[in-house]
Parts: sequence; C-alpha cells; structure tokens
Amino acid sequence: MENVKNAVRMENITKRFGTKVVANKAVNLELHEGEILSLLGENGSGKTTLMNVLCGIYHPDEGQIYIHDEPVTISSPKDAFDHGIGMIHQHFKLVDVFTATENIVLGLKGHLDMKEARQKVREICEKYGFDIDPDQKIYNMSVSQKQTVEIVKVLYRGADILILDEPTAVLTPQETDKLFQIMRNMQKDGKSLIIITHKLHEVLEVSDRVAILRKGEYIGDVPTQSADQQSLTDMMVGRRVSLNINRPDPVDPKPRLVIEHLTAYDELGVKRLDDVSFTANSGEVLGIAGVAGSGQRELLEAVAGLYPVKEGTIQFYDPKVDYSDAISKRNIAKSILLSIITLGVYLIYWEYLLVKNIRAIKKDESSCIGEMLCLIFVPFYSVYWWFTRGKTVKEEFASHGCTATGNEIAYLVLGIFGLSIVSMAIMQNDFNSLPPEVIQSNQQNASNKPVNLVGMDPMSIRKAGVAMSFVPEDRLGMGLVGTMGMTGNMLLRSWRKTKGLFVSRKEPEAMAKRIWQELEVVTPSTNYPVRRLSGGNVQKVLVGREIAQEPAVLMTAYAVRGLDINTSYTIYNLLTEQKMKGRAVIYVGEDLDVLLELCDRIVVLCGGQVSGVVDARTTDKREIGVLMTQHRGGADNEA
Amino acid sequence: MFDFVSFFPRAVAQGIPLLYGSTGEILTEKSGNLNLGIPGIMYVGAISGVIGSFFYEQSMAGQPLVPFWAIAIPMVCSLLGSLLMGLLYCFLTVTLRANQNVTGLAMTTFGVGFGNFFGGSLIKLAHSDVPSVALPATSAFFNRTPSVKEQLSAFSSLFLHYGFLAYLAIVVALVASYILIHTRVGLHLRSVGESPSTADAAGINVTRYKYLSTCAGSMIAGLGGLYYVMDYANGIWSNNAFGDRGWLAIALVIFTIWRPAVSIPASILFGGLYILYIYIPTGTEMQYKELYKMLPYVITLIVLIIVSLRKKREDQPPASLGLSYFREER
Repeated sequence: MENVKNAVRMENITKRFGTKVVANKAVNLELHEGEILSLLGENGSGKTTLMNVLCGIYHPDEGQIYIHDEPVTISSPKDAFDHGIGMIHQHFKLVDVFTATENIVLGLKGHLDMKEARQKVREICEKYGFDIDPDQKIYNMSVSQKQTVEIVKVLYRGADILILDEPTAVLTPQETDKLFQIMRNMQKDGKSLIIITHKLHEVLEVSDRVAILRKGEYIGDVPTQSADQQSLTDMMVGRRVSLNINRPDPVDPKPRLVIEHLTAYDELGVKRLDDVSFTANSGEVLGIAGVAGSGQRELLEAVAGLYPVKEGTIQFYDPKVDYSDAISKRNIAKSILLSIITLGVYLIYWEYLLVKNIRAIKKDESSCIGEMLCLIFVPFYSVYWWFTRGKTVKEEFASHGCTATGNEIAYLVLGIFGLSIVSMAIMQNDFNSLPPEVIQSNQQNASNKPVNLVGMDPMSIRKAGVAMSFVPEDRLGMGLVGTMGMTGNMLLRSWRKTKGLFVSRKEPEAMAKRIWQELEVVTPSTNYPVRRLSGGNVQKVLVGREIAQEPAVLMTAYAVRGLDINTSYTIYNLLTEQKMKGRAVIYVGEDLDVLLELCDRIVVLCGGQVSGVVDARTTDKREIGVLMTQHRGGADNEA
Repeated sequence: MFDFVSFFPRAVAQGIPLLYGSTGEILTEKSGNLNLGIPGIMYVGAISGVIGSFFYEQSMAGQPLVPFWAIAIPMVCSLLGSLLMGLLYCFLTVTLRANQNVTGLAMTTFGVGFGNFFGGSLIKLAHSDVPSVALPATSAFFNRTPSVKEQLSAFSSLFLHYGFLAYLAIVVALVASYILIHTRVGLHLRSVGESPSTADAAGINVTRYKYLSTCAGSMIAGLGGLYYVMDYANGIWSNNAFGDRGWLAIALVIFTIWRPAVSIPASILFGGLYILYIYIPTGTEMQYKELYKMLPYVITLIVLIIVSLRKKREDQPPASLGLSYFREER
C-alpha cells in the first residue's frame, strides 16, 4: 500500500445547525480505494452529519470534497450518486408500501421496466450473497432484510463508495457476521467502504483503518492492526476510561417478581412464550439472553401488561407493605368529603328557595315541609314522572305546596346529576387505580402478600412499581415526543404525580437537568426538541428517564443499542446503582460479554422457552451460547 | 317506477365535476399535499372560464362564435385561473412550509369570495334582470354531444349524450391512474407522498414533484368547475350555485382510497346519491329529502370505517400527507 489512491478526501468540512450547534468543525477525512474505514466517535460527535455531508443530504458551510482526487460539489443526493457514493442510513430510507424492487429503482431515470429491474436485483443478490425477495413489500420485512434492500439499492446504482451508518445496531450476531462477509465481498470487488459502529470488537474485526471524531472534531486515524479496544476508547473519549463494570454482590436478595408457567400467543396464534418460569430478586441484576426474537420482548411486555397472557402467573411482591392501605383510607375520606359537599349544595339550594318563596311560607307553614320533602326526593320524582307520564314534576311539586318554577327544578336536577357524576368519576378513578387484588389482599391481611400482575392494566402495573424501558428500533416512535424538549418528555411520566389542575414543570426540569449532566447528553438546552438530537442522545434521554423513576422493578431491553462505549458504561453503572438500592433490575441484552460482567444471574431464552438459568459469575460464553440454541426437552418440542 | 334511463345521465352529469375534482385532488395528495382548497379552486376554474367566454361573446357582439375560440378561450382561462390557485397553494405550503390545512381552507374561502366578486361584477356588466350571467352561445359548444339522432335509443342516451368535457374527465382519470401505477413519474410521485426524505435521498426533486402534481391537480379540478357552468348549468353562472360539490370531491378521494380509476364509477355513484332525493317519493315530508342529501357523506364515513378496520397498508392515505418537507430537519 505504498501508492495509496484516495477514493474520498474531505478537507476542512464545517457544518452548523442554526447558530448554537456546530456538528462538524474543520474535519479532514480520507478514504483510500479498496479499504474498509471505520468511523468512530461518541454519540453526537458528528459522524452521521459528516457522512450526510458526503452524500449530499446536508450542505457543508465550509470545506471542500475531493472524489478520486478531483474537487467536486455535492449539493444533492443525486450528485452523490453521480460520483458513485451510496449511503445506507441508520434510519432506513425506504417507502413502506413499495416492494423491494420499487424501492431499489426509485429515483432512476428512463423507462420503467419492472421485469428487467427485478432480474438485475436478482443478479446483484447472487453476486454478493444477499437473500431477499424482489417483490416483497417493505412493511413485511425484518430489519435485516430492509438493510439488505438498502445495500442492494446502492449497488444497483453502481456505487463504488459505500457508507454504512451503524448497520449492526439492529442486527443479531449472526446477521452481523453475514453483513461483514458481504462487506468483504464488496471490498474484493474493488469498492471502498466507510462503516460507522459503536461496537469496538466489530471495528477491530472488519476494518482496515479507524478514523476518530470527538465533539465534531477530527482526532486522527490509526491502522486497525495497531489498535485495541482500550486505545480506541481513550482516543474517542479524550481521557482514560475504565472498561470494567463494577459488580458488587447482591444486597439482601428476596423474591420480587415470581413468574410461573407463563404462556402467551401473538395475534396470529403463534406461541411466543412457552411455560416460562423464573424469579427476579430484589437487589440483583437479572440478565435475559437469547437470539433475537426468542421472546424477550414479549416477556417484558407481558410483565408490563402490554401483551396478552394465556396462562401462568406473575407474582409481584410489593416492597411497600402499607402502600395500598393508605390509598384506600384516602379514598374513603374523599368519598365522605364529596358526600358532605353534595349535601351542602342540597341545603344551600333549599335555603335559596326558602328565601325566595318566603311569602308563600308565611301564608302556609305546612308548605315549607312539603317543599323540603320535594327537594330531597327530586330524583325519585323524576323516575315517578317518567312512569306515570301523568303530571309534570312541577305539578307534582305544586301538589306538595312547592312554588318553585320549572326552570329552578330543572337546574336543581341537573346540578345534582352533575355532582353525582363528578363524584362517582373521581371515586371510580381512584378505585380503578388500585388493582382489585391489592384491595383484596389489603382486606385479608396487612402483611406483604404478592399481587398477580396478570390481567391488570399497564397503568396499575406501573403504579405498583414495575417500570419498563424498552429501547425500540425506532427510538422516537415509542416513548418520546420528538418535537418536545427533554423537560417535556420528562413531564410525560411525571405529570400524573402532580396534583391539581396545572402541571408543574419544576420537577421534570430538574430531572432533565440531572440526566443531561449525568449521561452527558449533547444538547444546547433541556428545551431543545429531542428529535434534533443524534440517535444515541435520544436514547440517553429515554433510558435516563426510566431509571430516574426508581421503580421497584426496572426492566430494560437493549438499553445500550446504538450507544457509544462510554455512555454504555455509564448506563451499566446506573443499573448497578439501582441494584444496590435494593431494586430488581431485569436487563435484556445482546452482548454476551456485557451480560456476563453486569448480571448476577442470567435467564437464557430459546424459542419462547427458558432453556436455562445460570449464575453469571461461574458460567462462560460457551455455555450460554449452547443454551441459546437448545430447546428444553429436545425432540418432543419439535413435533 | 324508477326510471334508470333518465336517472343515469343525470347522475353522470352530477358526477363529472366530482370526478375532475377528485382526480385532481388524488394527484395532489399523492405528492403529500392535502389541498383542502379544492372547492375554491373549482370555483375559480368556473368563474375564470365564465369571464373568458363572457368577454369573447361580448366582443363578437351578436355574431356567431368561432367554434375553436368558443371552446379554447374559456378552457385556457379556466386552466390559468386554477393554475394560479395551485401555484399560490404550492408557494405557501411547499416553499414557505405553511400549514396545509389552514392554507387549504383559506384558499377555499378565498376562491369562493373571488368567484362571487367577479360573478357579481359580470352580472352588473351584463345588465341582467336576474342575478345570473347567461352564456348560451358558448354553452352550446360545450353541450354538443356525439349522439346525432333526434330519437335516442337507450344506449345512446346512457352513454353518448354528454358534452366532450365529460368524456375528457374519464380519459384524464384513466391517464392519471396509468401514470400513477405504471410509470416512473408515478412511482416517484407516490414516493414523495409516502416518504419525502426517502425520495430526496434517492435523488428525486421533492419540491418539483410537489409543485407539478399540485398544479396539475388544480388545473384538472378547475375543469370540473368549468364543466359545471358550461355543460351542466347550460352556461348560466349564478353566485354560490356550485354548492358543496368541492367538498364532495374531497370525500370522493377518501371513498376511492386514492385510486383515480375507481373514482370514475364512484363519482357516478356519488352523483346518483347526490340527486337520489329527487327520485325518492317523499310526498310533502320535505325534511326527509334533507336526510337523503346526507347519503354521499354517510357512505364516505362508512367506507372510512371499513378501510380502517381492514388495516391494509395499501389502503391508507399517503404517509406524509399534510406534512411539509424540509431536508435539513432531523
């Protein structure tokens, strides 16, 4: 490699968003021909922005790009295609209702010949070893298939410079291996590739050279042979970081969540969870391992009340014994108060009528009593009137000596109905918020009796202290509102706690500030729309918020998906901190190394079944790997 | 006895403006622009045609009109008028990224006001006794039908007894349908409406597609207004006579689940439902007639419910309908 030719050279690229955010600061980057370059950096260090500049999505404020040593201006994605640059975005740029082929030929010129296009797609698939159906609709595809479509799309256009933005973040280890094989095939074919990834072992495995960005600035590059995880992390963070997870022994483990014989089906009738049983202890991190799609998501959702459970129980041991007692007492007090208010209104209105009809009363003392009777029995009279249809309420009233006008009576009836509806609604709401089991167990004995979470609605489960932070593939789709700032998103969880008509922004603001500092979220302010943050920062907000709730049971799935190594360790430490506070932490993860270092025990799922529960301190990767692919009971389950 | 041979042509005549309107709106919506200004644009299309032919008839001062100009002048005026409306809408929503709903509703209000203002002016210029402008000479050319015989057979009164704009509407709908499904332009247009960022990344000029399809859609919708005045109303313009046909056209878009070819029979069905109350004997109970007038809207609601229940992805509106697109937004 003495005479290296540059496929891409970027000089002094600067890109600002508004006046506050500088995403890239005078970045210089080179990509040699026929190499795989890893672009490394923490979340929000400007990797994606830089690549978007290269492929024409953003226009650089300053700087010059050279393609094959010729200066070019790339002002639109079309220009980038013309120069042979193709990007596979982190968020797929695909039209859901189109077929794979339709997406692939999108944006090309000339007569539309779907037959020919399909043929060409098949050829590319054979050449590099892809496996997709050209006529399948995108919305029916798995994440890995969608990614394949994206890569084929770029190759179809004859790109020789490929940029892959976090391609492995959403793939299983097997799919990742396949992707790397394909990348090497492309490299052999003379193509140059840039890959953005946070997984350092992947960087070391697949790339020839590593370039590092930090806070929008270019730090330098190293040949992959002479780099290791520690040196790369240090360059990326700018200081020495320890890559060890502190794992103290569990504190006073007691069963917190006991799951027994849990079985669930999806809407197509396919068994997703099959007789799952395990216990999550307080003061312990319980890992859940398994090949993607083995039922991890369904399990967490079932516990959170979001997934229908066919059979089995989820016993929740509430650490706060008198939790339910206080609320029901408060409820009784509230209903008594409401009754008093209602009665008060009756009386005041009656007083009003008395004053108004004082002349009538003076005339005839007895009418006063009649009037009183009327007022108390108004609801009964309404019913009576409906049945008899004989007299109006007014006539009925008059027959008792009441001189109230029709309007007055109508207001009275309406007022009382309204009040009783309001009071019923309030009481209903409070009783609803309590799971019936809690009330029952409370009535039976005041001691800590487990609550069966099966059949309860998600809100009650959350109130009982079971929180789930699920980091979905689409980070903004579930859990966060893109146009709101961090404070607004904190408010989404905390507003239920505030009393009265108005929401308080103080507490969420404080919480947002805390997460901002602790997790080092890169954002100009807590009111900056989270949609505009980079992917990893969005995730920090999401995970940070769930942890900050300090629930009795904290469930996280893929909490570090797409996060850089430094932030990942911050999150591991936060989880450990929760464990030390005596909370039960359930951690669903992909990275076996992390599971082994972080967790106390690991439940291994395979095809919706528990294939084993192992002690993370004594087991190794091989044992878990075997369990991940081993159905419990062996052959009889295959039938 | 229900007289289908007399009912069907009237249903078609009612349906054609709706067909124009919905074809135009489908093209527009396929690009992700929810143009609620369609009623106003159809109104402007109608009055522009009327203005053109009014001055042409005036300039001929009683002499017989030249057939070519009698048709070309109102057509071009109508197309221009609605094109300007379409451009205005695009400028506001695509270039300036204003809210599409608000802009559309404002365009409707503006279009109707514009039409009534110039309609009123023309009525004054014409020194007419009744509050309307009559253009019988021009209308005669628009009314000319392919059926030649005096005595109509059932077939020719069902299918050959319409002016050329009615046939044009069907041709336009079929062509629009073909373009949307079978051509590259259609594929690109649909991708712009579904996911502009995807289209942009694929090198498609989102702004141009939005402008072109919205303007083309507006011009097609404007022809619906022209058909209404020149053919259906026999060249008589009176303010507010166009009624709620524009809204019905938008309802039709939903009814046909964004398919121009489906809107050909659907527009005739809507036209039929629109006038069904005349054919149902209700005696003196006038209030029931009003209930029958609700039918097209009720049926649209039912279709919406059925479509939502089926949950088929292809039957959903374009995914980015009603949203403005800005490339550098994250």
